[in-house]
Amino acid sequence: MDKLIIAGRSFTSRLMVGTGKFASNEAMVAAMEGSGSEIVTVALRRVDIDNPRDSLLHHIDPERFLLLPNTSGARDAEEAIRLARIARAAGCEPWIKLEVTPDPYYLLPDPIETLKAAEVLVKEGFIVLPYINADPVLAKRLQEVGTATVMPLGSPIGTNKGIRTRDNIAIIIEQAIVPVVVDAGLGAPSHAAEAMEMGADAVLVNTALAVSRNPGAMAAAFRKGVEAGREAYLAGLGKQQDKAEASSPLTGFLGQ
Amino acid sequence: MEIIFNGKPREIQASISIQEFLDQLRLDCLQVVVEHNRNIIPRQRLAETVLNRGDTLEVIHFVGGG
Repeated sequence: MDKLIIAGRSFTSRLMVGTGKFASNEAMVAAMEGSGSEIVTVALRRVDIDNPRDSLLHHIDPERFLLLPNTSGARDAEEAIRLARIARAAGCEPWIKLEVTPDPYYLLPDPIETLKAAEVLVKEGFIVLPYINADPVLAKRLQEVGTATVMPLGSPIGTNKGIRTRDNIAIIIEQAIVPVVVDAGLGAPSHAAEAMEMGADAVLVNTALAVSRNPGAMAAAFRKGVEAGREAYLAGLGKQQDKAEASSPLTGFLGQ
Repeated sequence: MEIIFNGKPREIQASISIQEFLDQLRLDCLQVVVEHNRNIIPRQRLAETVLNRGDTLEVIHFVGGG
């Protein structure tokens, strides 16, 4: 497959995976392996000294995976900026998946706070990958302040509903000057393939893998979906039309 | 003396450093990031930064997330 380039860095895989909600670290590692991903997202939380757990980082080889910390839990720009700085202090490269989700029910991203935070973080030298609703105007504004991608949602986080924002994602892709990563709501490999067929540059998947009976196998299935979708996009899909058009010749019938 | 550790009051010995506090909790300083009164403390300064009464300390680490 052709390479994905984000902020000058080249990736072979167009599937990013999240590390949340897995039943065990083994299941998470199986998904990371099966996916062929090179970018994995992680979150930042307070340590829980009453329930000490094995460090997540023991299971993620930094030579093989780019760690993409998110700002999940942030309810406004200030909290997101604070989390991004903490992630950088942890020794990560300055890549940040910016998400600001004040509404705990639908977890929809706040566009105004996201744009505010993006502006500050870009100035501080972060490579900013903002999670957004599929709003083409917002996507444009974010690119203007210098984000490295835009990450429009297919449907709300963890819903497995697939791409319910298709028309707006198509506009975002058409107008984008940075890679478009469809994030959130992709519940099946066919959803990932659909995003890639539309011309998305990459997808991010977490819940669909984590809740599967077999995360490693599901990740491999998503990998194939992403590859199939990308190859179809590059090969050029046929136009849809209403009238039938025969695939077989319309001459030389028996009895003519 | 009392500090606010990860959002909750906690009794600690007077005038210990952040590094000593982390050691007492058996937290590996390479696996966490420390915010002291909203300032991020670089690892090399954990041993020289002393905790005072009423300080706010956040100790953060990576967990799974999407």
